[in-house]
Amino acid sequence: MTSVLSDINQEESHYAPKQAYFNPYEQNGGTVLAVAGEDFSVIASDTRLSQGFSIHTRDLPKTYKLTSSTVLGACGFHGDTLTLTKILQARLKMYEHEHNKKMSTTAVAAMLSTMLYSRRFFPFYVYNIVAGLDEEGKGCVFSFDPVGSYERETYRAGGSASAMLQPLLDNQIGFKNQHGVTKTPLSQEKAIKLVKDVFISAAERDIYTGDAIVLNLITKDGVKVETFPLRRD
Amino acid sequence: MTKNKLAPTVTGTSVLGIKFNGGVVIAADMLGSYGSLARYRNLSRVMKVNDSTIIGCGGDYADFQYLQSVIEQRVIDEECLNDGFGYTPRGLYSWMTRILYNRRSQFNPLWNVFLVGGLQDGEPFLGFVDKIGVAYESPTICTGYGAYIANPLLREAYENNPNMTLEEAQKQIERCMKILYYRDARSINKYEVAIVTKDGCIVKPPVQPETNWEIAHLIKGYE
Amino acid sequence: MSIVYNFEDQQLPPQNTYTMLNLLLEQKGLKQPTAYKTGTTICGVIYKDGVVLGADTRATEDTIVADKNCSKIHYISPNIYCCGAGTAADTEMTTNMISSQLELHRLNTNRMPRVCTANRLLKQMLFRYHGHISAALVLGGVDSTGPHLYSVYPHGSTDKLPYVTMGSGSLAAMAVFEDGFKPNMEKEDAMKLVRNAIAGGIFNDLGSGSNIDLCVITKDKVEYLRPYDEANLKGKRQGVYRYKKGTTAVLKTTQKKLDFDVVRTTVRAEPMET
Repeated sequence: MTSVLSDINQEESHYAPKQAYFNPYEQNGGTVLAVAGEDFSVIASDTRLSQGFSIHTRDLPKTYKLTSSTVLGACGFHGDTLTLTKILQARLKMYEHEHNKKMSTTAVAAMLSTMLYSRRFFPFYVYNIVAGLDEEGKGCVFSFDPVGSYERETYRAGGSASAMLQPLLDNQIGFKNQHGVTKTPLSQEKAIKLVKDVFISAAERDIYTGDAIVLNLITKDGVKVETFPLRRD
Repeated sequence: MTKNKLAPTVTGTSVLGIKFNGGVVIAADMLGSYGSLARYRNLSRVMKVNDSTIIGCGGDYADFQYLQSVIEQRVIDEECLNDGFGYTPRGLYSWMTRILYNRRSQFNPLWNVFLVGGLQDGEPFLGFVDKIGVAYESPTICTGYGAYIANPLLREAYENNPNMTLEEAQKQIERCMKILYYRDARSINKYEVAIVTKDGCIVKPPVQPETNWEIAHLIKGYE
Repeated sequence: MSIVYNFEDQQLPPQNTYTMLNLLLEQKGLKQPTAYKTGTTICGVIYKDGVVLGADTRATEDTIVADKNCSKIHYISPNIYCCGAGTAADTEMTTNMISSQLELHRLNTNRMPRVCTANRLLKQMLFRYHGHISAALVLGGVDSTGPHLYSVYPHGSTDKLPYVTMGSGSLAAMAVFEDGFKPNMEKEDAMKLVRNAIAGGIFNDLGSGSNIDLCVITKDKVEYLRPYDEANLKGKRQGVYRYKKGTTAVLKTTQKKLDFDVVRTTVRAEPMET
């Protein structure tokens, strides 16, 4: 014990000079969630933008409509989210003009991956989820890490309450840890109900999730947007 | 590589902004702090950009003056085209977002927070941009200590009355600036207000909020 | 150093050694366990004939809500209550200890304790610990000399004011007080002001939330109102999430025969052992 203490005194760790530094990142909170069904997908986010212990705004949906059958959900550092979505929109426009067709959801996902990896050593601090319909008209969800690793999944939660929501989705949609249950395919109604309920629960326990959710239902007829209030505390 | 700025020097504190029916008000006090020294007591931190756009600024004053000169030059260049177009609030806001984000990405930030206010297509606009490129729109925005002290009051006032008149909005700003003067140690009892309406925009001459120290005699000691 | 597990003659180093040791271990990358914090809004005002204390009811563990309805207005004595912000364990233990000391003091002196006594006990205890006890308190009560309201900081400094706020939502609450406080208010106005101050914290500070508790202390009455107001209504879930019987898988079943000796076969009531 004494040797440890003399060690502290020698280093004078208490009074060591501190280098001021600039932090280019910030955590702005928020949760996104996407579910793929047979011929539809649902992607939702809350609308709270916060920093530290204060709320910037109660009305900032973190889903971004990219095409008539693709919606991106993005949260993390909002400065990077803004930049990333701006570049994405530009790239989509360029693609449309070059190929005279809209980009497919799978292609958007592949492009997003390379865009994220292009900033491998100064990453976009953004958690992305892409939802939409694939070339066959089936619902699809792609989830990404901030530097571009991605995979196709049937359901995914991202952002501040993701660790709370994912196990619940595993159970309710993936039927994990349920014995002798009939694995019925997910209907639109059940998906929407589940997404709302799951966000209500997240707002109860995660301080960065709340205010409202914006829910996008993607079908072959396009994107239908619905909002739903959450707790505001 | 030259050394990038890693701390601000002369700084301004909170900026407040609120939308009302037909326009936007932005206000900021006139103190330029040098650390804890009240160095300059008459600095203007709000700016008229053109007839439909105003900005307010907190943080490093030198960086504000730099960006102010860039904006002024761009407004002049734009005017010289004489094509009837000018910077819209949304356009300026979007541009500032990019400038601030690019500077942070080069690790050489402009150490500011900005509020951009204006009227676009007859609709009021109020946006926020900070030194790392976080940006959002909201009907009430406060920066610095104002985010903790003034925004709760402004949000409540706006929720109770989303269609304020200009007079009501100005009353709210006055109320908040007074409380910030009571409670923010880097503030001063002198502030400027910039207003945008369909009739154009003005930066009003500095005002001093009326303060009340009547309850001071209630406070005797600490035990 | 060998560790002795004989509790009776266990030689522990003095408490301040731990703080130095913790500092070093922290630098080497040790993470201390996260305690419940009541990242809180608490406040109080003095009005015409007493004191109103208020608190929110959220307790957080980092960014997770640990308790949605925790009680932050602590009992000190029949005429004194104390709101606590900071580490939940610290505020609870500190107020409990001072409450107990005051009770002994009351029994010794046969007098109702005074608020200034509670304040002095609190600050002297907190000062001894150099701020390591994270308790930020709002102490209020009415005694033989009238209503009193104090704020007590973790390092042991105190303030005696007509209106005080503490915790992470203190700025929002203070803004409401600065806007609406008047000396010698009526009870209803004072309660409404405190409610609004706490609501300001609940809606604008992420560390505060859920309900509003109030405690109104007058010369001969205490009203402990919990909850006084539910500022937030919980969302109504639309689905049903009951599992069918048998959803939990039975992995293995074994049967074991137990041999009992039959002692008695009659069943009759027996008086309870007391």
